[in-house]
Amino acid sequence: MLKTYHYPKFKYERPAEAGTNRLKHARAVVVGAGPVGMAAAIDLAQQGVPVLLLDDDDTVSIGSRGVCYAKRALEILDRLGVGDAVVDKGVSWNVGRSFFRDREVYNFNLVPEADQKRPGMVNLQQYYLEEFLVARCRELPNIEMRWKNRVISVNPGDEDVRLKVETPDGYYVAAADWLVVADGAKSPIRKMLNLEIDGKIFMDRFLIADVVMKADFPAERWFWFDPPFHPNQSALLHKQADNVWRIDFQLGWTADPEEEKKPEKVIPRIQAMLGDEREFELEWVSVYTFQCRRMAAFRHGRVLFVGDAAHQVSPFGARGANSGIQDTDNLAWKLKLVMDGRAPESLLDSYSAERTCAADENLLNSTRSTDFITPKSRASRTFRNAVLGMAGKHAFARVLVNSGRLSVPACLAESPLNTPDAEAFAGRMAPGMPMDDAPISIGGRPGWLLDRVGGQFTLLRFADDAAGDTYAELADDPIPVRTLTLTPAADPKGVAAHRYDARPGTAYLIRPDQHVAARWRAPTVAAVRAAVARATCNA
Amino acid sequence: MPLNLAPNFHAAGKRYLNAYSPGDDFYEMLLDAHRDLSDEQSELMNARLILLLANHIGDLDVLREALAAAREDV
Repeated sequence: MLKTYHYPKFKYERPAEAGTNRLKHARAVVVGAGPVGMAAAIDLAQQGVPVLLLDDDDTVSIGSRGVCYAKRALEILDRLGVGDAVVDKGVSWNVGRSFFRDREVYNFNLVPEADQKRPGMVNLQQYYLEEFLVARCRELPNIEMRWKNRVISVNPGDEDVRLKVETPDGYYVAAADWLVVADGAKSPIRKMLNLEIDGKIFMDRFLIADVVMKADFPAERWFWFDPPFHPNQSALLHKQADNVWRIDFQLGWTADPEEEKKPEKVIPRIQAMLGDEREFELEWVSVYTFQCRRMAAFRHGRVLFVGDAAHQVSPFGARGANSGIQDTDNLAWKLKLVMDGRAPESLLDSYSAERTCAADENLLNSTRSTDFITPKSRASRTFRNAVLGMAGKHAFARVLVNSGRLSVPACLAESPLNTPDAEAFAGRMAPGMPMDDAPISIGGRPGWLLDRVGGQFTLLRFADDAAGDTYAELADDPIPVRTLTLTPAADPKGVAAHRYDARPGTAYLIRPDQHVAARWRAPTVAAVRAAVARATCNA
Repeated sequence: MPLNLAPNFHAAGKRYLNAYSPGDDFYEMLLDAHRDLSDEQSELMNARLILLLANHIGDLDVLREALAAAREDV
């Protein structure tokens, strides 16, 4: 097995403190160098925070694992410096098709709207994403990566969090001002701290296989309910980079995982699915179960949980890695402000509040998908099959077909950090929403709106000309606000003005994570300051 | 009015960001209503539900159309 990818081995280096009594001080420690932990480390480092990144292994994810990266995650990865690498290597797709038995009953297109930089979804094996993120971490001088460093105990205090770390050269203790926990679904640190994570296990098993083959199938997501080649169960086919295809088979709860992983068992299943004699190679096979659950709070004093350590969903909908990356997007700027004493610690509670809300939305949607895909009673199977049977003919039934509601960003509409609208606006860009992208042209050079905001507070201002910017003084505030003025020349197609329902004078306050904090038709400088204060718990 | 076969689930005063959400809300309500029932109980509940909704619709032309659409391909 394994033909297309060579797993890198990252060099373990003996930490200076290993085997000594010397304390390793760190302003921020991130535990877990998966996609979410590295996203957290890079975001913090880009904001000037030195980060110690610990991982108990010395390579990337084994097997493709997290495959689908949604538009919002790609936009965040752009800000972290790996967006191009992921999109260039990955397989972009927008169309998904659902089949019932031998017929197509429904299809969707993820990007009905043009004029956005990033596609709806990119498929890429998780190991590639991790490799790109490791390379980006290495470019940042304020990230210290320590491989083969395993945290074996945690002692949270008022002033810092003490971590006992095991290395091949003995133990040492790290004192972290703040600890970001990204150690995955089984989260050893969550267990060490005796923190609960509540939810349910789904009584089903799934076989996933990475298969190398030359195939002329289009780059689309194909999902089968009860297909002739795998009766009474579901199956999924997805294209990844390097002619590697990802195939999922629902197996049922009683399947024996060890037996099902054997090539003599897997290969006939895939042959039946492909329906012809084409050649393929198995790269990786795994059998998994999943849980839908989350922690009650993602902040525990100086300990902050992100990604699978904090919440887990079913895989239908690509809401795992995508939501974890959004966690770090939400957390990093808040942590930086709190570290610098420019915002109170309660801002970190807003991280927990906003992201538990997002997790609930992900849990709701992925649980519904699971209930549709794997009906657990005769009545629910009858309803499911009735929907699928009518979907070819009736529009109302097509909308009910649920083969996974794919990751969309949380809109944070209820967040207390938002300044509610005082004036009428049309369109989607209400306070709390992640920004929609638009093609813009600054200084005659074409580019994208989302590439011009993020990492700090920005006042996005629409005006007939660049003169008359009365907001420049905000750039010198303790929490600086940069102004980005869009004139008709900068918005040649008028897409931004349309998406933001803008008139001359309209201004949006954008958070460092590219969510809308407030909007006005013609704000005073004082109104903008009040909204910044509100968005940072300084009000 | 003919039988409405376009997506039609909605709730008063509620805006949905995703077109699938109101339908998914209904589908969850439907499955929840059947939770922990035996197959026979589910069948009886479905019959009662059809009768309740049919009476609510009332218009025999619409119901005739719905019955025909439901019967097709069964």
